[in-house]
Amino acid sequence: MITAIKEQKQEVLEAVIIRFVGDSGDGMQLTGTQFSDTSAMFGNDVATFPNYPAEIRAPQGSLYGVSGFQVHIGSVEISTPGDNVDLLVAMNPAGLKTNLHALKPGHTVIVDTDAFSKKNLEKAQYESNPLEDGSLENYRVIEVAMTSLTKEALKEVKGLDNKSITRSKNMFALGMVYWMYDRSTDYTVEFFNKKFKSKPQIIEANTKVLNAGFYFAETLELIPNAYTIAPAKMEPGTYRIIMGNTATAWGFLAAAEKSGRELYLGSYPITPASDILHELVKHKHFGVKTLQAEDEIAGITSAIGASFAGDLAITTTSGPGLALKGEALGLAMMIELPLVVVNVQRGGPSTGLPTKTEQSDLLQAMYGRNGESQVIVIAASTPANCFDFAYEAAKLTLEHMTPVLLLTDGYIASGSAPWKIRSVENMPEIKNNIVREVKENWHPYDRNDDSLARNWAIPGTPGLEHRVGGLEKDRISGNVSYAPENHEYMTKIRAEKVKRVQNYIPNLETEFAQEGDLLVIGWGGTYGSLYSAVKQMNEEGHSNIGFAHFNYINPLPKNTGEILKKFQKIIVCELNSGQFVQVLRNNFDAFEFLQFNKVQGLPFANSELIQKFKSLVK
Amino acid sequence: MEAAIKEYTYKDFSSDQEVRWCPGCDDYVILRAMQKALPEMGVKKEDVVFISGIGCSSRFPYYMDTYGIHSIHGRAPAVASGVKLANPDLSVWVITGDGDSMAIGGNHFIHVLRRNLDLNIVLFNNEIYGLTKGQFSPTSLVGQKTKSSPYGNTQPPFSAGELALGAQARFFARISGNTPKEMTQLFIDAEKFKGTSLIEVLQNCPIFNDGCFTKFTDKAVREDRQLFVEHGKPMIFGKEKDKGLVLNGLKLEVVTIGENGITQEDLLVHNAKEKDPTLHQMLVRSEYPMVTGIIRSFDDATLEEREDALTEQVKSDSLFSKADDLFFSGDVYSVF
Repeated sequence: MITAIKEQKQEVLEAVIIRFVGDSGDGMQLTGTQFSDTSAMFGNDVATFPNYPAEIRAPQGSLYGVSGFQVHIGSVEISTPGDNVDLLVAMNPAGLKTNLHALKPGHTVIVDTDAFSKKNLEKAQYESNPLEDGSLENYRVIEVAMTSLTKEALKEVKGLDNKSITRSKNMFALGMVYWMYDRSTDYTVEFFNKKFKSKPQIIEANTKVLNAGFYFAETLELIPNAYTIAPAKMEPGTYRIIMGNTATAWGFLAAAEKSGRELYLGSYPITPASDILHELVKHKHFGVKTLQAEDEIAGITSAIGASFAGDLAITTTSGPGLALKGEALGLAMMIELPLVVVNVQRGGPSTGLPTKTEQSDLLQAMYGRNGESQVIVIAASTPANCFDFAYEAAKLTLEHMTPVLLLTDGYIASGSAPWKIRSVENMPEIKNNIVREVKENWHPYDRNDDSLARNWAIPGTPGLEHRVGGLEKDRISGNVSYAPENHEYMTKIRAEKVKRVQNYIPNLETEFAQEGDLLVIGWGGTYGSLYSAVKQMNEEGHSNIGFAHFNYINPLPKNTGEILKKFQKIIVCELNSGQFVQVLRNNFDAFEFLQFNKVQGLPFANSELIQKFKSLVK
Repeated sequence: MEAAIKEYTYKDFSSDQEVRWCPGCDDYVILRAMQKALPEMGVKKEDVVFISGIGCSSRFPYYMDTYGIHSIHGRAPAVASGVKLANPDLSVWVITGDGDSMAIGGNHFIHVLRRNLDLNIVLFNNEIYGLTKGQFSPTSLVGQKTKSSPYGNTQPPFSAGELALGAQARFFARISGNTPKEMTQLFIDAEKFKGTSLIEVLQNCPIFNDGCFTKFTDKAVREDRQLFVEHGKPMIFGKEKDKGLVLNGLKLEVVTIGENGITQEDLLVHNAKEKDPTLHQMLVRSEYPMVTGIIRSFDDATLEEREDALTEQVKSDSLFSKADDLFFSGDVYSVF
């Protein structure tokens, strides 16, 4: 164990944002994850966001090959990975060039001077060396020959090739940052011991380099002060750091266990949704069945088959995949079977921006099918509550016998945050509509009087043999019917069934002002950004601003109109050109909805939200 | 031992829905053959599921008093795979046509065969689109005049069997739509086979492609034009049982017993269980004689067996028995 003895004055900070950037092979994701996990163990609230190129190994040193990982840690509540950073760690010129704009003026950048070769500068399209030409004079630059120091630290470790030596320089950077923020190296050393169990010299090398960085920072006079960040005040409980996609997968595990249904996932790999498949495929011990299908359509149609046979069936995808699943989703809706479709939204249209975030699939989720084909649409809003909304999606689909489309996005799916672990025991009950034996006068389309859910007769049950299909159904028997009035009746009852979900979901809540001048509205993954901005506005004295965030999109919460009435102005903020606002306008035509939109593949920046809100209130 | 299975007749598998195919369609033959085969299979009625796509053939599940889904165009193999993976105890049947399986559903068709789940596919091949009223299909012949090829089709056809064997089909059988007795037996054999069974039915469409198989299937010529293969038996055909197949270099050749010193011993003996599909491919491609019967029946592990074995292994190695074990494992920390 290493404990830093700091002679210098300690500056106490509430929160700090750090960004690690380098080549996509430099291990920046690992470095960032280690720092955030260590901080979480220390008791900080954390939020992280990885930012990496779509290319797996882009040419070394190129601008588009830069991979980054941003960590926001605090002794206060942290809602987002943050915008501008307090500390930038740049492992090469390309990383510096593409990320310097995010560093707050006057703040610190640590660079590996060994990487600032003529060749690398050219690749990063620098005409002169920024470390020498004065272009960094507004920042505090800490120049460290990290590659050489790493080599030096490892000269006595036997059996390492050159590549392994250079590759561990990220641990030098991590060691330095640990010392700067008063973090112990213990957690990371333990991580090495577990991860490289069978490779003792790799453990030794990484530990040596990590410690070398730590000691280097300790003795380096270039660091004028050190920072401490006290543990955050968090609700008591047992926590872990969880990524949004993992939380989604686990929500389904919990729902399967609670409902007593086996979990089936049919899926086709697509960024940024594949991690849900990667996670669920590990859990065969819980009886989870997964099929990596031949395409998106087989993903969803095999899930429909599994649902017919009695499983809790899900399929996972991102925007273009949802387009491919449209017809099959219509079938699931028509034959009124439980099915959850998860759409981890990314930048569109077409292939769009696969690794960037956006909320532009909302209208596709609402309307992207032929005929009048309503499904339940809900959206998670933080990495951790992906768990709750995956669970909720499963509960709603099993209880209401209609498909649920769960929207998350690249930002919360790839981001991570502390999750107060939920025990399955404490999760709400999940009912189902299974009919287990022949009742007199039984029909496949018999419905629950309240929810209108049809009953679910599963193959293997004697006497309940029946056929369903995509052709219009007779309202009772489920046999094919072309009768005009029956078609209209069935169209309406399928829509009404979705509408009645309103009776089973929570009311919309307003945070901060409960009435007043401005209501900020958001939905899905923008929760953290909007919450932070409205909170800041309130702290700055604008106590007349309220915030309402939607997780339930179709149907909308029952009290939505009541809340809208309480504010003079309403602004709907979305990472698209204005989609949810159209849904609101369709439902509430008496209100004027202002819009704030951004379609850059990036989350909202705090500053731009504050600026917009300030322009709307006195 | 399993509980005794009720004795059924074909009537137990007939639903109350009026059958709506065109008069004279071979689909009626297939339906009745299936209803007669099911009581012989040793499966419980409630364990039988028929999944279809879109097309004339795909109305089939409505007429069977079993569980069933009339799904969407081309996707039946994927839907059926989900049913089977969810409950491997079910007897799962895919009903499809040439357009459904080899045009819009081509991808699912090849992958279901590759994976080898234990399910059965009945492919109604009539070399035409019937339900959409007469366009050419992926098995229509070059030059064939249809609604969408008034001057003759320019797209070369797929052979269902060739495509299937290329996709590693373990079981492939072909049967003429006018031989119900043999068809019934094939359905029974397909159900007994562990793995994906594909049965291609040469099905006449009396409205849009009448007589497309007559030259192989007409009663007057079929014995001379068709070779009905059986595992372990010599490849012999003809009204007089005097014709047979031999290998000449890399080609099949029709020979006559008694001519040029040929005896029955010289003929090829059918080995449906051979892993190497080379000879099966030749049989599938042959036009004279048109080969029917079980051409290939190669025993191999099914996807469910592979999945089950893996699941059992993971279960026995795992420390987790319920979700909470996972949630509270590893790097968790407490806040007081």
